[in-house]
Amino acid sequence: MKMRQLLLALTFATTGTLAVTGLGLGLVIGQTTAAKAEGIRSGYSYATKETQGLQDDDMSNPGYLWVDTGEDLWSKAEGDAGKSCNDCHGDAAESMKKAGVSYPKYKDDIGKLQNIEQRINQCRTDNMKAKAWKWESSQLLGMTTYVRNQSRGLPVSVAVDGPAAPFFAKGEAFFNQRRGLLDMACKHCHEDNAGNKIRANVLSEGQINGFPVYRLKWGKVGSTHRRFRGCNKQVRAKPFKNGSDEYVNLELYVAWRGRGLGVETPAVRN
Amino acid sequence: MKMHRLIGAAAIVAASISLTLVANAGTVSYQIVDDGIPKSLTGTAGNAQAGRKVAYNRKTGNCLACHKAPIPEQQFHGEIGPDLKGVASRYSEAELRLRIVDSKKTNSDTIMPAFYRDTGFTRLQKKWVGKSILKAQEVEDLLAYLMTLK
Ligand code: HEC
Ligand code: HEC
Repeated sequence: MKMRQLLLALTFATTGTLAVTGLGLGLVIGQTTAAKAEGIRSGYSYATKETQGLQDDDMSNPGYLWVDTGEDLWSKAEGDAGKSCNDCHGDAAESMKKAGVSYPKYKDDIGKLQNIEQRINQCRTDNMKAKAWKWESSQLLGMTTYVRNQSRGLPVSVAVDGPAAPFFAKGEAFFNQRRGLLDMACKHCHEDNAGNKIRANVLSEGQINGFPVYRLKWGKVGSTHRRFRGCNKQVRAKPFKNGSDEYVNLELYVAWRGRGLGVETPAVRN
Repeated sequence: MKMHRLIGAAAIVAASISLTLVANAGTVSYQIVDDGIPKSLTGTAGNAQAGRKVAYNRKTGNCLACHKAPIPEQQFHGEIGPDLKGVASRYSEAELRLRIVDSKKTNSDTIMPAFYRDTGFTRLQKKWVGKSILKAQEVEDLLAYLMTLK
């Protein structure tokens, strides 16, 4: 068992998030990275043993290449202000710990929700006077993966009340709305049929606690919004843009569905 | 008289005798009687061999995405809907036709797509506008195949 996982296991045992059932070492390792909230299951628990194994071992988890990219960029000064993330935030292990569990968040200055990619880009444009990174660029994926990785094992906990409430309601409506020629809503696959096979794939609950995830099919790490676009397209619906209000609202609802699940970034999926 | 008014009038008459006339832009109209569509969509008898292919072809019916069926040479049968084996002993041809054409007419909350409907979608991709998943004759072929599953 690796040091980091051992520490996580201890954390969970003491906070009581993980009920230790003595099911054997393999499963205990798995659950440390895929903490199970009440009745809610991470995509990890539906993945094959091989895929789980890739995720469990940081040395073989290909998503760590993106964590490394983000780590390099963290202390790199860019833009007219001549600053790096590190200049303002210091040690990411401390300063970013909460960020990974709490986005998307309502932001007063924009009067709507903001997700973590957008927060990173706001820091670039406002505080660093640097250009925003493109969605799905190795830089934005790297930084998002690095930031969320600081919250690994901590339970997802997003605010859905107060000013976030109307956006949350829109996200929920999106999740339940049929779309495309196949006329299916997210809920048909991920609520009504989680655990059932759709042709060769086992449907999961469609949780996002592992994002950005390394998908074997993509051969790289991808964002939550890329996954939403994929699921929209497979029912032959027109997807929304990465970073669109529609997807950020949906993201809040989906994050809330997985409340309490441990952050797994970078998770590995098929 | 415009087509839609004709349909409207027909639907009002129909409602009282449990019969609905449905017409879509690019698809032929059909009548729902009780729990089925008794008349063939095309008038041409379906070909069971071709229909079997519609059932497993991922680009057409892809029924295996959700259903098991006695098609052993195809790997990976889904487990979302019931096994199609024996389906012809459970339903009449008319009932099966309705379930393929528009399963939402029998269960409004079903995940199963309407295979012969071309309107009423949200954010449809451009290339599918005005199209149904299956063509009328593919529906009839598929039905001929399903009717062999006694
Ligand atoms: C036709 C079925 C279908 C629909 C409808 C669908 N998905 Fe998916 N989704 C899948 C499949 C298959 C996968 C890959 C296996 C899995 O994790 O479920 C997947 C995976 C996901 C994942 C990744 C889960 C993980 O742990 O990596 C997320 C997130 C997701 N879907 C969200 C959504 C959302 C949000 C919607 C609606 C906008 C949606 N899906 C609609 C079939 C669907
Ligand atoms: C995305 C999932 C999905 C797909 C694709 C699908 N079905 Fe279904 N089907 C279901 C479900 C779920 C039911 C259960 C009844 C309901 O939901 O109304 C069902 C029910 C049926 C029934 C009634 C069976 C019974 O025993 O009650 C028939 C017949 C049927 N499907 C045929 C087909 C055919 C033929 C195709 C392909 C052209 C197909 N289905 C594609 C999900 C699907």
